[in-house]
Amino acid sequence: MDLILEGIIKAFQLLVSLDDEVLGIAMLSLKVSGLATLVSLIIGISVGTLIALTSFPGKKILVSLVNTGMGLPPVVVGLFVSILLWRNGPLGFMELLYTPGAIIVAQSIIATPIVMGITIGAMQNLPSNLRLQILALGATRIQMVWMLIKEARLPLMAGVMAGFGGVISEVGASIMVGGNVRGYTRVLTTATVMETGRGNFDIAIALSLILLLFCFAINYILTYIQQRERPR
Amino acid sequence: MNRIFRMLSLFVPLLVLSATATVTPGWTAEQKTLILATTTSTQDSGLLDVLLPIFEKQTGYFVKTISVGSGQAMKMGEKGEADVLLVHSPDSEKAFVAQGFGINRKLVMHNDFIILGPASDPAKIRNAKSAAEALKAVASSGSLFMSRGDNSGTHAKEKGLWKAAGINPEGQKWFQQTGLGMGETLNVAAEKKGYLLADRGTYLALNKKARLGLEILVAGEPKLLNIYHVIEVNPAKWPKANNAGAKAFGDFMVSKKAQNVIRTFGKKEFGSPLFFPDAGRLPASLGL
Repeated sequence: MDLILEGIIKAFQLLVSLDDEVLGIAMLSLKVSGLATLVSLIIGISVGTLIALTSFPGKKILVSLVNTGMGLPPVVVGLFVSILLWRNGPLGFMELLYTPGAIIVAQSIIATPIVMGITIGAMQNLPSNLRLQILALGATRIQMVWMLIKEARLPLMAGVMAGFGGVISEVGASIMVGGNVRGYTRVLTTATVMETGRGNFDIAIALSLILLLFCFAINYILTYIQQRERPR
Repeated sequence: MNRIFRMLSLFVPLLVLSATATVTPGWTAEQKTLILATTTSTQDSGLLDVLLPIFEKQTGYFVKTISVGSGQAMKMGEKGEADVLLVHSPDSEKAFVAQGFGINRKLVMHNDFIILGPASDPAKIRNAKSAAEALKAVASSGSLFMSRGDNSGTHAKEKGLWKAAGINPEGQKWFQQTGLGMGETLNVAAEKKGYLLADRGTYLALNKKARLGLEILVAGEPKLLNIYHVIEVNPAKWPKANNAGAKAFGDFMVSKKAQNVIRTFGKKEFGSPLFFPDAGRLPASLGL
């Protein structure tokens, strides 16, 4: 019990004093996972909308695959991304392994199916006549798609939350492709693992608290908007 | 349209963050980076946190430390995914160099392995004459033994000790493998009150902070020495490896400056040094 209490006290000291290293790690986490979420939103929403609004043979299989991808284990992604990015691997010329860029790539791969799956679900839940109505009112196809995305924005926000929450709390891929390099690719989760291994439980607890705080803050903002805009 | 803007405003922080992210120096791969594959003990004890900034300042290289077990570190070297290794698994290191994967293997430092266990010492190995005898006692009493199980240098040493004791612990109920680093395995053994083989450096560093409740029961045998070498990955085999940096790192590790840091590292905090510098010495002088 002492350990936990001391840990929490030390954690708050680190937070209040804005310890440079801890702050740097926290900012890097936010940047990397924020950017990965952004990438996953661009790909996930556009492709997800396309899949939802068109019909083609094999659609059910594709949607099942996307839904399976929503539970893609981060370590599996980490393993394959490292193999691809190895210096002497197929994409080695990019010199991306053990850089923050590599973590963004891996996390984008983790988050994209999550956003895509939720997008498909959200779009298919819209009333089926809506498309016809919009088109009948003289909208172009692009305007129609835009209206539909706007209409589905509330469930889509759940996609943002799930995607961001998934990648910022992920450790397996980050440690494999990032390498937990101090001051460079060390993010909240990998630092927590390392500090625990070093017996620095206080720092580990501080890092965990920051991680929880981030998750809460992002979800609070999104939930707030979602609730305020509840359709009448 | 208002709503759309409101929704977009959500992503603005993300966009701003990503924009600042892209201009952060060192964001993309630099030319002067050096990949150091090393063991968990050098990182978990905190030694590299002291040594690397000095090296980086002196040479301008940016060191990416990938801290894994010695076995995995050498695998990375074999595949040309690392530039330089700092490892402690002498037998496999010799094979690594003999097969042409590494060059310029240099003795850097040593400390020693210790056998730790709970204070109650159920297998009665305290004051055992040798590590082999202690392990025999652990096995015959069926006391829990935690193994790294990760092909690290410590794991290799442990396997050698079991062999010397004439026991095959694999698959025994009392023998468990964590597959984790030294620090984590110490934590697990402390929680489960098991015996384990650990390097003294990591144990001292961790025990100070985490109060493990494990005691040093067997130590001091020449067989239990834990010797660290630096090895450059062979650039003839892997042209992409940064050999200039690897060479600079190897030379730095045996330089007077680094050796002095190693000599004093941890003395103040832990009462005794965690590592003993050995640059220029022959392995034979360590009693091997």
